[in-house]
Amino acid sequence: MISFSRLRIGAKPSLVVACILLGLAACPALAGMAIEEVETSSGIKAWLVQDYSLPIVTTRFAFRGGRTQDPSGKEGIVNLITELLDEGAGNLDSDAFQERLDDAGAEMLFEAGPDAVYGNMRVLAERKDEAFQLLRLAIEQPRFDQQPVDRLRAQIVSSILARAKDPETAAQFAWMRAIYGDHPYSRREEGTVQTLAAVTTSDLKAVHERIFARGNLTIAVVGAIDPGTLKRDLDRIFGGLPAGPSLTPVVDAVPKLGRAIRVAYDLPQAQLSLAYPGIPRKDPQFFAANLMNQILGGGAFTSRLWNEVREKRGLAYGIYSTLENIDHASALVIGTGTRPDRAAETLSLIQAEVRRMSEEGVSEDELTAAKKKLIGGYAIENLNSSSAVAQTLVQIQLEDRGIEYVERRKQLIQAVTVEDVRAVAKRLLSADPTVMTVGPSLKGTNR
Amino acid sequence: MAADESPLREAEVANFMLGNGMEVVVIPDHRAPIVTQMIWYKVGNADEPPGKSGIAHFLEHLMFKGTKKHPSGEFSAKIAEIGGEENAFTGSDYTAYHQTVTPESLRTMMEFEADRMRHLVLTDAVIVPERDVILEERRWRVENDPEQLLEEEMQATLYQNHPYRIPTIGWMHEMEQLNREDALKFYDRYYAPNNAILVVAGDVDAGRVRQLADETFGTLPRGPDLPARVRPQEPEQNTKRIVALTDPRVTVPSFQKSWVTTSYGTAEQGEAEALDILSEILGGGTRSRIYQELVVKQAIASSGGAYFNGRSLDPSSFTVFGSPRGEAKIEEVEDAIDAEIRKIIEFGITDVELEKAKNRFVRSIIFARDSQSGMAGIYGAALATGDTAHDVEAWPLRIRAVKAAEVQAAARKYLSPDRSVAGYLLPRESATSGDKSR
Repeated sequence: MISFSRLRIGAKPSLVVACILLGLAACPALAGMAIEEVETSSGIKAWLVQDYSLPIVTTRFAFRGGRTQDPSGKEGIVNLITELLDEGAGNLDSDAFQERLDDAGAEMLFEAGPDAVYGNMRVLAERKDEAFQLLRLAIEQPRFDQQPVDRLRAQIVSSILARAKDPETAAQFAWMRAIYGDHPYSRREEGTVQTLAAVTTSDLKAVHERIFARGNLTIAVVGAIDPGTLKRDLDRIFGGLPAGPSLTPVVDAVPKLGRAIRVAYDLPQAQLSLAYPGIPRKDPQFFAANLMNQILGGGAFTSRLWNEVREKRGLAYGIYSTLENIDHASALVIGTGTRPDRAAETLSLIQAEVRRMSEEGVSEDELTAAKKKLIGGYAIENLNSSSAVAQTLVQIQLEDRGIEYVERRKQLIQAVTVEDVRAVAKRLLSADPTVMTVGPSLKGTNR
Repeated sequence: MAADESPLREAEVANFMLGNGMEVVVIPDHRAPIVTQMIWYKVGNADEPPGKSGIAHFLEHLMFKGTKKHPSGEFSAKIAEIGGEENAFTGSDYTAYHQTVTPESLRTMMEFEADRMRHLVLTDAVIVPERDVILEERRWRVENDPEQLLEEEMQATLYQNHPYRIPTIGWMHEMEQLNREDALKFYDRYYAPNNAILVVAGDVDAGRVRQLADETFGTLPRGPDLPARVRPQEPEQNTKRIVALTDPRVTVPSFQKSWVTTSYGTAEQGEAEALDILSEILGGGTRSRIYQELVVKQAIASSGGAYFNGRSLDPSSFTVFGSPRGEAKIEEVEDAIDAEIRKIIEFGITDVELEKAKNRFVRSIIFARDSQSGMAGIYGAALATGDTAHDVEAWPLRIRAVKAAEVQAAARKYLSPDRSVAGYLLPRESATSGDKSR
């Protein structure tokens, strides 16, 4: 039966689709879990967590250079490549490949992020050799045969067309254009009907060759496998790739603020989104900002926005604030949905809370609670399955934070003071935000 | 594939009863220092009194409003403080509350849950804004989304008598009238230890959980015995019904068709398992018949598949779906799906297909084992809908035992074109952009 949840935490995808939600940057201790770095004789590195409690091996990896690598006029190509990797490789056509994968008892998944292409394989330990052989083929020798290319392209086009009049989709594009202007981050991730039509097999091969290399590869493995075996397997899977990628440089994007965007639709509920300046991961004030966000609207059921908008007044089912971080951009985004006749009231409540935060900062008690949440929540958010662990370990590597980051991070959070939070709140939240409303026009405001 | 069945047994699941009739399941998992507690109440939206749709879900929200001992917000603040996660959900047959925390906080979580099981304080001051919250939830989940609107209408048409026809969130006009008295009546009747199941999965052992549960939940008095959950059952269905929604937000049409079927809660031995395998073979993914025939070979559909959710106390449903690709028409998709069903009814399935479907299905159970909260959820849903912990452990073996002829028989018995509900989500050109959605 379909079930309904009392609470919505990130259940609604963020409107900034180009951004990966930064759950992972809030990472405290990998308590009790031994991460070891494994390096093969050919120089392929991976982080490994050995775990024999289930007969499963989970492998997660990333090649830097994601959708920002789409050539101009061929947008959507990186996403299309990830759809096609398990549709035929080496001497196996699509059907043969998928049949072998199924027989091997493995799950293989690829996805294109804005800054990296991700791969994931989950396999029963006793069947891993055959599965790894297929993974090697998929990464190294995808075929891009015409039939699967046409089929997957048609599926993507179909989903683009299906959402052509969807208010939420329209809002996403308006939002990305307003925030990112002409930067590659503002592009539609799956491309458009026109750009997909322009993609040829040789385009697919060329972009594949530029991205899939050993030099921009990051790997994490969790499960029933020892370091010696893993080294052998890593060489088998990734050893045949070219040494270096050939990536197009990407400039930093500065989100455009102070704009008002209205997407007019006659809907029973209006959506509100606000964008403020964000903070890069490596900024010294990053953890202060993280804690501030936690108190403002990131700490789900205890945040200030939650209490004011939902608990006290019942204006919304969900409300959140989040720090969005991708490699070349950052923003602090607030979002909620409310009945149109009270949307103006909701918006001014949100802005009042933001103002209060930027002017007064937070209390000692609030900060202490937020620190406990960020430190204690790590294991729960990030270690609750092999896939979650592997994903976390890849992300830490992509962010270049080192294997001891987890411990260091705890100390960085502990060190944040009320003054630090006040300073960063002023820095980020005194800006004039970009505000988007989707729905009927709001009464009592010209937004 | 002998290793396939082992992970569930290795889990050494413990299952016992407290003195007051509360059932406990413990699933040890020592991979990470975290533990998930879930409390499942054997009451859901299908148990609501007539005219009070949504009360089960409304009460789920109100359970966070505090007790005399722990005022509103304290439980959530405590969980946030220790870095835990929490949530709750309501279905037709159950209502569940869950937290994931570190093992040393398990006792505190049990104390809070035990406290709110019997000592909830409800005032109009919390009822009124929270009712606005569920109305917003309905607008967000259903009213804003044509697919969900159609889904709701299909369900209301598929079940002609059974309360599964009523949406879990409730009908808007009835939700608006829900009040404190309704909530308290529902709470007093159903929230008691002998109507609850405690599932604990994670870095704990059964002995410790038994001790903690005895000291917390175990001190609550047993509630009155509830009568058997007898809901109005379906009459014989003899019609093919059509539900169509046209909406200006829709551009590409889509099709689905549903049938009322048996479930794990109601099935004759093996029938629900056969339906699970049938859904896998007919439309369970890219190796399925619908996908291969419609999407790959005929290239008339951009998507297509089937699903069966057997975890319900009363009869469940089986659904097939598809969406046309390119110039293809929705009728072609429907005809092609019907043809695939007919082929199984007439000619059955092959042994190779059967074996592969079983492997996929059992593998998905093993992979589910990898997620602690996922595993707790599997046990909770099964026990709240009439299965036992032993049934869950034996599930892979029961899937393995399905025979090809049983899959064919299930298709023949349940997927009759003469008694189904077909749903169409269709585009509509709007005269003005401000056109109302329904």
